[in-house]
Amino acid sequence: MKSNHLYPLAGLALLALAAPVIAHSFSVGKIAIGHPWTRETAATQTVGGGFLTVRNNGKTADRLVSTTSPFATEVQMHSMSMDRGVMKMRQLKEGIAIAAGKTVELKPGGLHIMFIGLKKAFKKGAKIPATLKFERAGSVKVEFAVQPVGSTAPMEAGHVGH
Amino acid sequence: MSGIEQEGTSKAGAVRKLLWAMAAVAMLLGALLYLGLEKSGAERPPQTGAALPFGGPFELTRADGSKLTDKSLAGKPYAIFFGFTRCPDVCPTTLSRLALWRKKLGGDADKFNIVFVSVDPDRDKPADIGAYVELFGTPIIAATGTDAELAQIRKGFGVYAKKVPLDPAKPDGDYTVDHTAGIFLMDAKGRLSSIIDHHEAEATALDKLRMLVG
Repeated sequence: MKSNHLYPLAGLALLALAAPVIAHSFSVGKIAIGHPWTRETAATQTVGGGFLTVRNNGKTADRLVSTTSPFATEVQMHSMSMDRGVMKMRQLKEGIAIAAGKTVELKPGGLHIMFIGLKKAFKKGAKIPATLKFERAGSVKVEFAVQPVGSTAPMEAGHVGH
Repeated sequence: MSGIEQEGTSKAGAVRKLLWAMAAVAMLLGALLYLGLEKSGAERPPQTGAALPFGGPFELTRADGSKLTDKSLAGKPYAIFFGFTRCPDVCPTTLSRLALWRKKLGGDADKFNIVFVSVDPDRDKPADIGAYVELFGTPIIAATGTDAELAQIRKGFGVYAKKVPLDPAKPDGDYTVDHTAGIFLMDAKGRLSSIIDHHEAEATALDKLRMLVG
């Protein structure tokens, strides 16, 4: 008995270590969403880009069909590409396909979510609530962490402010 | 032709005089042309590859309402980037990288200006671009202008920009702007020093900036 009482403590310690990751991952059905984040915006800015990873642990393809947020009048999904030095951004009206067993990354320089008509500026450290809707898995509420404008990748909760 | 080679005939003599006169005029013209070229050449930058006509002249409006021209920028090298405030990815990434690289130049950080020019004048008014560049924590000169003013500077820098509706079914609805995403490095005399591509490795970009301020 005596030797066992430390296990729960060890478990708590592990949980504490893992907490930032857990706190910033979401799932619905077979879909796992990792580290949604966005960049801080200026007061006059009306749009913001959103980034995250989506893993489909299922055996059937799924699709991110829409995103909504109380912080934006509209949320779209976009592709971004560089064509001979020219940046091109396009709306993906059909959404983003997530093949079975695959992970799709929405990240700077590629696919992203675009918040349009921001109700107020995204402040560093804030969390922007949003609902992602998948064709098969259904809807899931997530939070986009607002990172410094210079960010090019997600930060763990403990790293914000570097 | 054989006719004019025959000495003695008055006709041949007249033709010869005419030819000499023409030759003299041609030489005189040549000399004048040469002198003219020499003179204008003295006013031109040296003819190296980096000194091809590029950039100015241009006149834009800064965030505070004052004018920004190729002449007001002269005297200090600058890195110029074209973008717009509703650009969610490439523009903040590029301006953040420039801010970071400037920091990495250490003592040379203040030896060049960073200039951001809008390709979306309908939505980017001076106040918009001013608030936008403040996000990056380093002094950035933001400029916008009329369609004509911006068309002129884009032509000078060979920058492509085109409005594209986000929803093809609504051509008059919300739009994005396809645009050239490279950074042009201009020396203190307003001549092209180098270009940093969007995919440039940091080490190469820093070398180019050091060359610019060195």
